[in-house]
Formats: sequence, structure tokens, C-alpha cells
Amino acid sequence: MDKLNVLVVDDEPGIRSGVSRILNNFSVSYPFMDSDYGFNVVETSTGEEAVEIIENQDIEIVLLDNKLPGIQGTDVLEYINKYKPEILVMMITSYASLELAVKATNQGAYDFIPKPFTPQELKSALENVSKHIFLRGMTRKLNKEGKEIRYQFLSVLSHELKAPLNAIEGYLKIMQERQAGDKMDDYDQMLDRSLHRINGMRNLIMDLLDLTKIKLEKKTDKFQQVKVSEIAQNAVEAINPYAIQKDVQIFLHDKDVEINIDPGDLEIIFNNLISNAVKYNKNNGRVDVFIDKKDNLLIIKIKDTGIGLSEDEIKNLFEEFFRVKNEQTKHITGSGLGLPIVRKVLDIYHGDIHVESKVNEGSTFSVTLPV
Amino acid sequence: MGNDKKIVLIADDDMDYLFQMKMHIESFGFEVITAESQREAERVIEHTKPDLAIFDLMMESDDSGFILSFKMKRKYPDVPIILATAVASETGMSFGVNTQNDKQWIKADLYLEKGIRKDQLHKEINKLLKI
Repeated sequence: MDKLNVLVVDDEPGIRSGVSRILNNFSVSYPFMDSDYGFNVVETSTGEEAVEIIENQDIEIVLLDNKLPGIQGTDVLEYINKYKPEILVMMITSYASLELAVKATNQGAYDFIPKPFTPQELKSALENVSKHIFLRGMTRKLNKEGKEIRYQFLSVLSHELKAPLNAIEGYLKIMQERQAGDKMDDYDQMLDRSLHRINGMRNLIMDLLDLTKIKLEKKTDKFQQVKVSEIAQNAVEAINPYAIQKDVQIFLHDKDVEINIDPGDLEIIFNNLISNAVKYNKNNGRVDVFIDKKDNLLIIKIKDTGIGLSEDEIKNLFEEFFRVKNEQTKHITGSGLGLPIVRKVLDIYHGDIHVESKVNEGSTFSVTLPV
Repeated sequence: MGNDKKIVLIADDDMDYLFQMKMHIESFGFEVITAESQREAERVIEHTKPDLAIFDLMMESDDSGFILSFKMKRKYPDVPIILATAVASETGMSFGVNTQNDKQWIKADLYLEKGIRKDQLHKEINKLLKI
């Protein structure tokens, strides 16, 4: 069952606990929905706290009283409209202020519930919202391959390319005007940083080329019977110098498996996954590469002892240009295209990939491919 | 002398941009505090009130700059904010804070595209600080 997160904002404790009690034992199901929706209720008594919660947690639905001790419900509504428009807001209003409720829906609230409400009234209101959320998700899915995505891709891409250009240009201008002194030594660090940013751009462009190749070609003429362990071995050898630098050891546990595939594609899979496993590892860490076969499926597992991923990060991991941003990854460069490329390659072969991970312990990427 | 320097807070997750901005703005005679993330900037404003803030739009999330501006204006409504981004007009994601409507929801005083010339930057900062 999927859970929808509901935030109840009301200064009356009775309303909050009532809503929690009713919704915790309630679920919505429709014949056309894949699974039922249940509810997680989060409570708060002030608008200020509501804004904090909305910023920091994934909230799908907000039940919002207008009369609050500090900032008003309509202020919270305004905030949601501007910053989190995907959240659906139900205003809770007393009968006396129905006019206000109508006004609120005009201002972008999804609906309103007059107070006091019966459990049944609350339930049917939530049924409506859940249906809306489900349909919206479906529409998004259907649009996914469309223009919008391409457009988004291009705008993010231009941002990714422009950032290093700006950085390099900035350093060059500083040097041109001798802003840090007259000696060449004064600029060593800036030169290093510029070269580093150029290198990042080059990697991005290489990844982009990989990506366009995948999109253009479904090249069955390049298919051949290959030994999986050979390709894996090549990838390990290619990455080993980098692994030695990072003090990470790579172990290959192979089994004799053959597959009919474009060898270049299999290389892309191994290269990306193993280099990620090294890149996001810890000092003295290890990477284990397992190759196995089960019921006509090639199974590749790449296990690392690295920094690991949170659930939220896993959700976005295969999105183009998504990169995990935290203290530990601050100085690791990457294009944000490696895993999307792997996913695209796997799609061609009707393969699959999934991730298991524990923060600070490591991640395991499992790939399956029909043999 | 050191005490009357105005403080500028800069938040940007691009360490090179951050370094360059710090260098330029210090050369204008300001004291600079840097933050490499939205979170770090939030920690700074908990205990420090800058005289001006420059926020990158996209940091941990695509709208980090907006969220920071919102929080900043709630705490220090009188501190001017500049939003800086490398997302340019050609992507269609450009927005200024010129109309009254924009001002209402973008809690920033000025929107700047990255790569602005140093002297221009100096002028804009002085204008906002009414120097």
C-alpha cells in the first residue's frame, strides 16, 4: 500500500488528534489504481512550523486551518503555491467563514472542509484528493518521454556546461588583471582549479556522446556472443590505476557466462558501475564484482563499502544530471549521466537494475540481463 | 577599522565561483562570509546578520536560493538579497524581479546572471546598500 503524507495544521488539539485517528485506519482504493492509498499524518499547531515541515519533509496533502496563532492559513497557502505547488491543500474552515473558503480555493487551495466535520466527510474529502494525486501521477508518467523532458534536459545541460565556463572565465579575468599579484606562482591554485573544471567538462561531453549513441542506435549488427568475465576483467584493469590512487581494492568473482550483446554496451555497464563503486568508496575500501547466471538471466552485482545512499537519493539516482550532494561528495566530480546511461543501455536489452544501500556502509547495484 | 566593514554573505555550491566572488567583494572593502550550501547558509544566519546576501539559485535543490531568501527575509526583512544563477535566458528559465507580482513571491531584491563584470557587481552592491 502506498502512503500519502498528510500534514494537519490546526491550533485545536482535538481536531488534530481526531484527524490522525480517522486517517490512520483509513485507506482509499479504486478499481483503476495499482495499489491502495493509506495515510501518514503529521501534526502541527502553527503556520510557522507548517512551513518548516513542508520544506523538510515530503508532504502530499495539507489540511489547513485558516485561523492560526501566528501567520495565517492563507499565508501558508501562499507559500505552498509559490514553492511547493504540487502539494494539495484542503482548507479547514468554520461554517461562518465559507466565503473565506471559497476565496481560498480561488487562491489555489484544492478544496475545503467545513468545521465541524464528521469522519465520513473527512474520508470522502480525502478520497477525492487521493484520486486526484493518482491521476496526476499517471499523466506525468505518460508525458515522460515527451518534449518537456527533452527541454528540461537541455536547460539543465546548459547550466552544467556554463558553470565550469564561468569559473574558468572568472579565473582568467583575475589573471589578466593580475589581481592576485605579479608572480606566476600567485596563480598556481587558480590554474589547477581551471584545469580541474575543464576535465569535468570533458567527462560530461564524453558521457553525452555515449548517451546520444545509445539513443540513436539499436545496432543488432554489432551483437556477438561474448564472455562476460572478459569484459568485466577489462573494465577492472582500466579502473585499477584510479582505484590504487583511492586505496580501494577491486575483486572479481566470475563465473563462465556468455551473452549475445554489443560488447561496447556491456563495457559501458561495467565501466560506469565499477568506477562509481571506486569513486564513492572510502579509503581502504573494497569493491566486489559478482557475475552469475540464474534461469536464463545474467546477474551482475557490484558491491562497495562506500558512503552509501539514502532512500531519497536512490529515488533520483537514475535521473539525468542528478548528483548526490553532501559533505562527502563535495570534492567528487561527475557528470550526473553515468547511471542514466546504464539505465538506457539496459532498456535496450530489457534488462533491469536495482540498488540496495545503507548510508555509511555501502551500496550494491544489481543488474539482470536476459541471456 | 575592521569593525565598521559591512558583511556580505555568499552562498554557492560552486567552490570556484565562491572563491572568486569572495576575492572580488573583499577587494571592494567588505567582509565576506561564505557558505557552500543552503544548509550552511541557514546556520550562518542563525547567529549572524549580514548587511547583504548573495545566494545561488540551485544548490542542494533546484530552488535552494528561493528558500534561503524566504527564510532570510522572515528573519531579517531589511537585508537586501541578490539571487545569482547560471541559468540563462536562452533556457527560458529566466526571471527578473521587476514587476510588483514578482517581488511578492521572489523574496529577493535583485536577480543577477553569473559572469557579471566586477565593476557592475560593485555598482549593484553599492546601490542595494545605499552607499
